[in-house]
Amino acid sequence: MTRRFRNLFFLASAAGFAVFYLWGLHLLPGFGHYPGPYGDVLNALSVYERHATDVITAVNFDYRGFDTLGEEFILFTSVMGANLLLRKQKDDKEEDPPLDLARDRLAPPTSDAVRVAGLALLLPIVVFGIYTVTHGQLTPGGGFQGGVILASAPLIIYLCGDYENFKRITSHVLTEVMEAVGAGGYAVTGLISFIFGYKYLQNFIPLGQTGDVFSGGTIALISALTGLEVAAGIVLLMISFFKQTLVYRKPGEERGDRNA
Amino acid sequence: MHEFLRMLPFGVSAWLFVVGLYGIVTSRHLVHLIMCLVVVQTSTYLLLLGVGFKAGATAPIFVDVPVGTPAVDPVTHALMLTDIVVEATVMALLLALAIQAKEHAGSVDPEELRILRG
Amino acid sequence: MLVMQVTILIFVAIAGGAVVFTRNPLNQVMGLSFFGLLLALMFFIFQAPDVAFSQIVVGAVVIPLMVLLTLIKLKTKEQSKKNDA
Repeated sequence: MTRRFRNLFFLASAAGFAVFYLWGLHLLPGFGHYPGPYGDVLNALSVYERHATDVITAVNFDYRGFDTLGEEFILFTSVMGANLLLRKQKDDKEEDPPLDLARDRLAPPTSDAVRVAGLALLLPIVVFGIYTVTHGQLTPGGGFQGGVILASAPLIIYLCGDYENFKRITSHVLTEVMEAVGAGGYAVTGLISFIFGYKYLQNFIPLGQTGDVFSGGTIALISALTGLEVAAGIVLLMISFFKQTLVYRKPGEERGDRNA
Repeated sequence: MHEFLRMLPFGVSAWLFVVGLYGIVTSRHLVHLIMCLVVVQTSTYLLLLGVGFKAGATAPIFVDVPVGTPAVDPVTHALMLTDIVVEATVMALLLALAIQAKEHAGSVDPEELRILRG
Repeated sequence: MLVMQVTILIFVAIAGGAVVFTRNPLNQVMGLSFFGLLLALMFFIFQAPDVAFSQIVVGAVVIPLMVLLTLIKLKTKEQSKKNDA
């Protein structure tokens, strides 16, 4: 396919898309006029039915729990796939991580201001991440958001220090186990529902007091497991990317730093 | 003017979809292509946001407001927030593929990936 | 409120275009990060704080870091090819 033909093909498709899209838009209720009953029903019921004040988390981990299980396995699979592609290959050699990847200049050392600010932010980030995971059913948050917030903590360490510091506080095996526990735990939680004679992923834990940290039954449990999986998955990705970029070298690839 | 506002989020959604696709079609660098794909994906967020929004309503979180206050659709938000996190990991997979393409085909220009041609 | 909504939508549209038309990936990743922050702001304005949370971290930290590491790796391979030649 030549470049010219491809561009023409794109133009024709885009024009076709525009026509059909405008046609479809014509019958859509306008922006701000929400038509559907589902959102309103969920907003009215979820506080009574599930004792969860954040309806979004209730939808995510309870009403739509099976769907989210699928999404979580997309996440799991793509983390595994990226790890497989970035693994150490047969002819890869390991080298000491270079101090400086720029070839034609010396990178300035990390400034003290960045170090102090980063280290001061570290603890609040961890606490806020745990808070976001555990209070998902009460206030905005939940496993997915809390997980990424927690995963950014090791990256702050890298920002303040270097790869050695990052390596010291992360463990490839541990993150892999955590990720497996998170993803597997979600699926197993669904199976436990069967023991109580419920349907898959139906809420079997007592719902508790509305507004309590342990309210919402399985919502809080699944949220915590998801937080574990997302945090471990993203840290695992970072470990792989760091290793691939800084440590593994094919034969003939020169050292990254200027001293080579 | 009213008609314009009524359709604005959907219009922006279509614009991001088409412009991102244009970037993918004309891209000369795999990493550029992947970032254009992120723009395409953003168009779905705008579409969902536009469908679920209710004028004058609050977020569907009933901590400070009593149940029964008009609130926007929580279902579309649940769809978006999982997708944003999943998108990041899928992007990592694509970037890993780009590194492998460079390794095996010697280039990150989609035009030069002869190895893919049958 | 309406003014804010219209403004942020227009900003998102412009930033999205800018991300695509920046051809150099190194410049583009900065644009993408900024685009992500605009999206997070948009989610806040449209009453979706949950979504904004994940967008802030993913758009500002995870994606730029992964893209930058990939670009460094690609550059290392580029250099090694030059050395062989």
